[in-house]
Amino acid sequence: MNTVLAAEAGSTTARNLTITLFLIFVAITLAITVWASRQTKTATDFYAGGRSFSGFQNGMAIGGDYMSAASFLGIAGIIALYGYDGFLYSIGFLVAWLVALLLVAELLRNSGRYTMADVLAFRMRQRPVRTAAAVSTITVSIFYLLAQMVGAGALVALLLGIKPGTTFLGMDADTAKVATIIMVGALMIIYVTVGGMKGTTYVQIVKAFLLMSGAIVMTLLVLAKYKFNLSSLLGDAADASGKGAAFLEPGLRYGVESGDGLKTFYSKMDLLSLGIALVLGTAGLPHILIRFYTVPTARAARKSVLWAIGIIGAFYLLTLALGFGAAALVGGEAITAQDKAGNTAAPQLAEALGVDFLGGSLGGATLLAIIAAVAFATILAVVAGLTLASSSSLAHDFYANVIKNGQASERQEVNVARISALVIGAVSIVLSIFAQSLNVAFLVALAFAVAASGNLPAILYSLFWKRFNTSGAVWAIYGGLLAAVVLVFFSPVVSGAPTAMFPDHDWHWFPLSNPGIISIPFGFLCGWLGTILSKESDDEKYAELEVRSLTGAGAH
Amino acid sequence: MSTDTPASAPSESTAERYLAVQRSDEFAGLRRTLRGFVFPMTVAFFLWYALYVILSAYARGFMGTKLISNINVALVFGLLQFVSTFVIAWLYSRFANRRIDPVADRIRAEMGEVTHEHGPRG
Repeated sequence: MNTVLAAEAGSTTARNLTITLFLIFVAITLAITVWASRQTKTATDFYAGGRSFSGFQNGMAIGGDYMSAASFLGIAGIIALYGYDGFLYSIGFLVAWLVALLLVAELLRNSGRYTMADVLAFRMRQRPVRTAAAVSTITVSIFYLLAQMVGAGALVALLLGIKPGTTFLGMDADTAKVATIIMVGALMIIYVTVGGMKGTTYVQIVKAFLLMSGAIVMTLLVLAKYKFNLSSLLGDAADASGKGAAFLEPGLRYGVESGDGLKTFYSKMDLLSLGIALVLGTAGLPHILIRFYTVPTARAARKSVLWAIGIIGAFYLLTLALGFGAAALVGGEAITAQDKAGNTAAPQLAEALGVDFLGGSLGGATLLAIIAAVAFATILAVVAGLTLASSSSLAHDFYANVIKNGQASERQEVNVARISALVIGAVSIVLSIFAQSLNVAFLVALAFAVAASGNLPAILYSLFWKRFNTSGAVWAIYGGLLAAVVLVFFSPVVSGAPTAMFPDHDWHWFPLSNPGIISIPFGFLCGWLGTILSKESDDEKYAELEVRSLTGAGAH
Repeated sequence: MSTDTPASAPSESTAERYLAVQRSDEFAGLRRTLRGFVFPMTVAFFLWYALYVILSAYARGFMGTKLISNINVALVFGLLQFVSTFVIAWLYSRFANRRIDPVADRIRAEMGEVTHEHGPRG
């Protein structure tokens, strides 16, 4: 346990440095937020950052929005503990961007305005479609938000080295967790209510820059240690894992083969299900979709996705080196001693590298502090994006177009959006505090499954299928959403397994952890069935949507 | 509020204009060109990715074959997914710049200012 985070000598230094660096990040981002608030006058400024960002800036911001703590800490952790299988995640998350690039980004940018529902409701009856879209947007965003905030709470004790029985500023580990959740929640509310989309975008750009820099430095140090020989790094990781060559092959975590044939079958179906949800979920995530509105043209939207693919792809390649580096240099035993899920693998690797390259425990503490501060910055930028997406939908879709029937003034709408951000933030803080003892890792997978099962069918049918109508859109969204949520509720992640949310109860009958393989086709089927069962069809509005989406005529 | 509500649908002449553009040969060509690229490409990358996931689940022996010391097929296959994603993104960008943007710009210019019936917002 010589690389344990709270290694006595470095612990206080690391803690102070982490807090100092984090406070610097907070100070800079708050200054940007205040500056952005002065530039935020219209609804377009608040919702879409005035559509003034360049393709490169938005590409960075997309990276900042997308590379969550789950990617940085989670994937590095899975690779460190289970080897190759963590790579499957990275690949799904990256390939998913081709769906966004080829089918969604530009057409959405041309025909929508502030929210996902602008496109879905374009040629439909407003109220039912916008209500459904708001329900789905808020559901997906809250699932994702809870996972991030609970994750932040869980990490703080580890990253600040607060051990059971010791205190920090008079707080024990449990109090520190609650304090962190409240602080993260308060900061995201400030970013969104004060800075709107402009402030949030800059926070994400700064975070993407910090995260990429941190990952590049660590990767270079890992590779330098192995004289840039990837094969010897892999060999060392495999040896240290105690699993040998199997560590470098798929199958230690997903699609596990056991003596029980049925169990093996379900395990492999689960792997396929996860793979499908990862690749189809991204283009249905509301907080990602609204990022395409922050650029002036479809061409800039295309450029931003191209930059995003470059940045995110590079980042996942780096996490491969970080994960195997942590397996080789820190070792699975030391990692699981800190955190069973492996979430601290990257910070622990930073400490080990610091000891080697910067010299002694002070060097270890320094690099650990930098990476820990980057991890907190990562969480903040992602939760701000999620809060913005859900409050935009609540204000623009539900308040302005459902309650006020499209009669709200611009000022009223933005005020409601700000209040919504406050309410959603407060609700998330309370829910996260109650959920913090639960295993919430499945919430991100659930968010992807709902996005792929409900939102994606509705978006694709809207853009490409002339016959699609109100009933089809409503059926697709509610059908996909319900299928995903119900299947997860009756799956082993909620009950009936030792790692479940309720390990002592068992009401599960659905054998897979990820519902995608059933719920995604079900969502598409619902959208088709709902459409053909209704006579509604509006050729004129479809002509307008199609011409606008393909040519950019009349784009906002 | 917004003009994208049927309640405040554009005037008849605007609606007719959109229908006319949609039915024009030029627009039909644009749609055919775009769909002719993105649909087959989507099917192709999805099948390629599905092949990778299926092999990871059911062809463990093949994926574990070592190529050069510790570098196995699984790693190379995974890295090829990165390469194919980058290449498809680059191909699409080249295609859209050459074949889509000029036509879209031309159609938009022909439609003129008539489509901007949104008022001061947006």
